[in-house]
Amino acid sequence: MIKKLQILIILFCCPLAFAWAQDDLLKELEQTTPKDTEYAFQTFKGTRLVNGQSVETKSKGTLEFIVAHRFEPINSGHTEMFGLDQAHVRVGLEYGITDRLGIGFGRNGGADKIRNAYLRYKVLRQQKGASNFPFTMTLIGDVSATKKVSDQSVDRVGYVGQMLIARKFSPHLSLQLMPTIVHRNAVDKATENNNQVAIGAGGRIKISKSVAFTSEYYYRVNPNANTRNYNAIGLGIDIETGGHVFQLVMTNTQGTTERGFITETTGNIKNGGIQFGFNVTRTFQLKKK
Amino acid sequence: MKRFLFGFSLLILSISADAQKLRSEKGSITFFSDGAIEDITATNTAAGSMLNAATGELVFIVPILEFRFSNSLMREHFNEKYMETEKYPKSSFTGKLIGFDAAKTGEQNVKAIGKLTMHGVSKDVEIPGTVEFASGKATVKSKFVVKLADYNIKIPTIVFQNIAEKVELKIDFTYKTI
Repeated sequence: MIKKLQILIILFCCPLAFAWAQDDLLKELEQTTPKDTEYAFQTFKGTRLVNGQSVETKSKGTLEFIVAHRFEPINSGHTEMFGLDQAHVRVGLEYGITDRLGIGFGRNGGADKIRNAYLRYKVLRQQKGASNFPFTMTLIGDVSATKKVSDQSVDRVGYVGQMLIARKFSPHLSLQLMPTIVHRNAVDKATENNNQVAIGAGGRIKISKSVAFTSEYYYRVNPNANTRNYNAIGLGIDIETGGHVFQLVMTNTQGTTERGFITETTGNIKNGGIQFGFNVTRTFQLKKK
Repeated sequence: MKRFLFGFSLLILSISADAQKLRSEKGSITFFSDGAIEDITATNTAAGSMLNAATGELVFIVPILEFRFSNSLMREHFNEKYMETEKYPKSSFTGKLIGFDAAKTGEQNVKAIGKLTMHGVSKDVEIPGTVEFASGKATVKSKFVVKLADYNIKIPTIVFQNIAEKVELKIDFTYKTI
């Protein structure tokens, strides 16, 4: 009886022991493989969160074509088809010089015809594994010019400095903070400041592999006491299809550059001063890796 | 009972005998998808593997994020939409080479029988390949086809650059004794 039991136990243990041995080899391989650093990827789907910039940079050798389109406020009434009769369009390009350094240009077709150029550099990257770092930081420097406002052409020029800090908490949730300063050479001193400081906050919630909700709010820290403008707010839906990202937005501003929406937002949400808009981006791989 | 204990410890000993273990010094895994619109290829040189020449056991681990594509957007989609790399960062194989003879020199045809784990799903597989084993060095090569649906990898209908439903994997490891 005992003998039979012995044989049974051994027979039972053999395949088990075999399985353990393989798992041991796998464990040994796991333990002896040096850990590598994993960088967070796709904190956001696009280089724009809603109206403003995100921490994302284009990978080396990729070119992004951006069309940002904003209609008129819905409170313009039914004669204007609730704003859909008119549109403000920005057409822009952004190129990844390296995986962390990008350069962009764009032109707005709105009333002030802002043309801007910017450099974007990803200074810090969220990472885990061999080394850990909790967030991604991107710096952006932007210079822009509006249409002619006076005899002095320098009056048209303005600058924007931004420090974007974002963390991808999970594949579903990413949040971003964006302290910003906008300097404009010439302003109406009665209602505006040359230097406007703002703190933006925003994020995205991904609801499926290709669809995400986004939001963004820029709080002006030092608005002029007689300001006629509002803080910019925006809500959006990102839809990603292959090389395109479609961003559908509802916002109280027609500005699609930081200079525009931080200092010139005219929409009062309480009176229906919001409008529909969208950003369409298409990415092209110019240089093969 | 004494005889039983003796037998059992012999069994344990024979298993834990740290015989001829080899570790990959170079490895590459190539992924090839024959798409309707475009062919997609990616190569991963960060994969690690170990081979026990005495028992024929073979294991390998593949960090998914390390697959390199010619197009960086493809890499993002591959990781985010197909492989869900943040949830399932690694693929692995544990198995045994059948028909492997450590005494034989030259290339020999073998079969690896074991478990392939991808995208969080483990499947029993039988993979054909070749082994060349000589004086503490070995080369293992294999080419096989994986059906994405078997590993619960869904192809999002909204993505235009579709990956084929079946992809070909090519494995190439060179080992030396540790």
